[in-house]
Amino acid sequence: LLRSSQPLTGHNRRRCREDEKILGTILDEGERGFIIDTRSAQAAKQARMSGGGTEPKSSYPQWRRIHRALERGRPLQESFIRLVEACSDPSLSMDRWLARLDSSRWLSHIKAALSTACLAAQCLDREDSKVLVHGAEGTDTTLLVTALAQLILDPSCRSLQGFQGLLEREWIQAGHPFQLRCAHSASSHVRGKQEAPIFLLFLDCVWQLSRQFPFSLEFGEELLLTLFDNAYASAYGTFLCNNEKERRLCKVKESTHSLWVWLNQPEEKHKYLNPLYSHNPLVIWPSVEPQSIQLWQGLFLRWIRPSQHLDEAWQEIQRLVEGN
Amino acid sequence: ENVRLLDRLSSRRAVVGTLYLTATHVIFVENGSETRKETWVLHSQISSIEKQATTATGCPLLIRCKNFQVIQLVIPQERDCHDVYISLIRLARPVKYEELYCFSFNPKLDKEEREQGWKLVDLNEEYNRMGVPNNYWQISDVNRDYGVCDSYPTEVYVPKSATAHIIVGSSKFRSRRRFPALSYYCKGNNASICRSSQPLSGFSARCLEDEQMLQAIRKANPGSDFIYVVDTRPKLNAMANRAAGKGYENEDNYSNIKFQFIGIENIHVMRNSLQKMLEVCELKSPSMSDFLWGLENSGWLKHIKAIMDAGIFIAKAVAEEGVSVLVHCSDGWDRTAQVCSVASLLLDPYYRTMKGFMVLIEKDWVSFGHKFNHRYGNLDGDPKEISPVIDQFIECVWQLMEQFPCAFEFNERFLIHIQHHIYSCQFGNFLCNSQKERRELKIKERTYSLWAHLWKNRADYLNPLYRPDHSQSQGTLHPQIAPCNFLYKFWSGMYNRFEKGLHPRQSVTDYLMAVKEETQQLEEELEVLQERLANLQKSQSGNNKVKSKQQDQSKKIGLYTSNNSLANTPQEYSNDLKSFPSRSPSQGDEDSALILTQDNLKSSDPDLSANSDQESGVEDLSCRSPSGGGCLPSEDSGKDSDEAVFLAG
Repeated sequence: LLRSSQPLTGHNRRRCREDEKILGTILDEGERGFIIDTRSAQAAKQARMSGGGTEPKSSYPQWRRIHRALERGRPLQESFIRLVEACSDPSLSMDRWLARLDSSRWLSHIKAALSTACLAAQCLDREDSKVLVHGAEGTDTTLLVTALAQLILDPSCRSLQGFQGLLEREWIQAGHPFQLRCAHSASSHVRGKQEAPIFLLFLDCVWQLSRQFPFSLEFGEELLLTLFDNAYASAYGTFLCNNEKERRLCKVKESTHSLWVWLNQPEEKHKYLNPLYSHNPLVIWPSVEPQSIQLWQGLFLRWIRPSQHLDEAWQEIQRLVEGN
Repeated sequence: ENVRLLDRLSSRRAVVGTLYLTATHVIFVENGSETRKETWVLHSQISSIEKQATTATGCPLLIRCKNFQVIQLVIPQERDCHDVYISLIRLARPVKYEELYCFSFNPKLDKEEREQGWKLVDLNEEYNRMGVPNNYWQISDVNRDYGVCDSYPTEVYVPKSATAHIIVGSSKFRSRRRFPALSYYCKGNNASICRSSQPLSGFSARCLEDEQMLQAIRKANPGSDFIYVVDTRPKLNAMANRAAGKGYENEDNYSNIKFQFIGIENIHVMRNSLQKMLEVCELKSPSMSDFLWGLENSGWLKHIKAIMDAGIFIAKAVAEEGVSVLVHCSDGWDRTAQVCSVASLLLDPYYRTMKGFMVLIEKDWVSFGHKFNHRYGNLDGDPKEISPVIDQFIECVWQLMEQFPCAFEFNERFLIHIQHHIYSCQFGNFLCNSQKERRELKIKERTYSLWAHLWKNRADYLNPLYRPDHSQSQGTLHPQIAPCNFLYKFWSGMYNRFEKGLHPRQSVTDYLMAVKEETQQLEEELEVLQERLANLQKSQSGNNKVKSKQQDQSKKIGLYTSNNSLANTPQEYSNDLKSFPSRSPSQGDEDSALILTQDNLKSSDPDLSANSDQESGVEDLSCRSPSGGGCLPSEDSGKDSDEAVFLAG
């Protein structure tokens, strides 16, 4: 599984021998690979006008390109805001609620993200093909797809340690611009241009996986909520800045504490573990039918509905498992 | 022969087999070499049959069931398809009760066991448990020959000051003569829930006895000087009824009542609502929008919420205000039943136990004359009478279970099986329209009770998170009122019950039950060992022949860990990619072999695995006799339950 950003073909249809060579050597003789472009075919084509573009078939003959448009940026932020507003509106009747839920399109984005990740995973697992994922900049939807695909495919990413490693690799070191993306969240009047809840979308997808495979992830909802919180505001330096370069310049490692170190302390860790966890060595294929995708109540209704009864249920589960 | 059974989610996954029609079931048997998987469908379950246009591959036949199973068959010859179609139409529309499965079903119990089964739920005991009869409430046998109201039971509870004269007078002023009677009595504060049908008040009619009846109800609760009268219809409908000589209670005529409309739509609206929701479920590859829009358009969750809100209002009136409530709709046998039972469930933790739930259904649905035959089509009848009334109640319970996971002794599977059997007519509990009809048919002598069957298998129906001493299982439940729309979820466990690909493949419930059982076993064993150790130490015999059972213990611990050795298969994530060959995974199509956390445990207990799974419909292949009379499987259909024990034929 590879990731990159878009090739700068531009309207001149530039070529780059080195780039072609890299992609050429990855594949064996006669082998076919897939490029999953997280922009619509239309958008990818239009990108040429501003210097970007797609890999032309003629230059990359062994690679087959698939487009899977995933929402990002401003529209994704709007989607998020609309959902949060719908959740906190007490006057909504049931009909209006479903309409608002639908028009926020948040769940549609979840479905699209999971489907695309599954597609990538299918190429790797079922077709034994290599996959290159990229969007425009390679810092948002690209990471969403590659990180989810790994969770689906690789059981070692589903352990607590493995998941932290996945986040470090596919989000933090890969250069997802946390600083820009997670500046103000949904309620703020400030509408930053670069603001977008892609990381939250990822966490939501992970939550969907945990719901469909309750035994297969070593961590629980509590971890996901903590990560969400810390992406926006944190006492730790882990999610600071936009990339490794900035972190080095700001001397993050020297001047802050790591979230992982804190999480992994024995006293803290048990809060985040899933008592039902049992190592599942196999690939987990989620259902992306609408009925299988649910609103992440633990996040979106966190301050709106009392969680007491559900917390008690979770405690009961822990009690049963630990008692044994 | 050579019939194909299609899968809704993937047209590639068609299996070929043979179709059989028996007196009671439709059976499809797969052709595969090792797996002769069978799908059994009871005729009673068939809701509709649709013959679709013949294609190159054959003639498609779509069977829709009342338990939401949808079976799509393709029969090669058009003429055969037509024959099957005609036969099924006849078989699915019985004319006489004797045609129903319950009269031929034989679970091999003797007469006494059958009787005992019927005695499991005793309403007299229940009323006593509630605390009646007492100073305020008495039992009345005025209806002992069904002479006052033929849809009521022979014994009803009425306020002490309600004489026979008052009861009879009131009954004449009520639709279908369903006079106000006790549904639930709250020992703690003397408040009660009573139920009736609408008064025949028209625009201005009055009835002294009916007014006295409501007075009597009020007097039976000295703690309050008024009662609520709750009309569960939309105001417009109730007002329209006045033109037909019926209507609702005028606060001016009935002293000390506070009248309240809580609009729940009628059976026709509900029937259409379900229809629309099922259409959404049948969509092929719907987008999220298709689904949400379709769900909204059906209005289903809105109706569920309306029923719940009514129940909450009544529970509050009783528990918090200490005020009695009289509930009615039009005829007092649909919405009234729903709302009274939801309120009771919220108020009294007993109804959240398995036994209590059975009692609740017996009381508010069976004894009070809910028209099971008309509503659920035991016999062929007026399609306009069909409506998913009890289904909605059952869903309300599920919604509550989702909000209060520790509060119910039973689990989702219990609800699903009850719903299944309301339509299956395999047991006699839900036949006919009233107690009177059931007695005339001698149901108890000729059929078996579902309650006994469920009780026998209660281990399958327990909720591992339930503890009688848990805070959620004490006292009244208080669901959040507003905002709360988002708390209502689509129940895919029921409406997509047979689409295994949709559900979490591992059952947390089963796993936790196994954990619980094992812990118990280990604790018992520990006790035994500790005793033995103590004894041995006492006797001080030099040779320490303590057979270490430690090994056994650790072996057992491994037994229930979730079995992940079976993979699941990806669904079609790429509908438009024709270049993807449908390479059947080398692991085989595990779609049908579901992860069974309990399987390991059950395989060590031969009794359970032989007949535990009711839904596989294959209890004992050797004695299966399609002509009915032999030992027939207890439930129909093969590949449905997400906990189904996969029995290789």
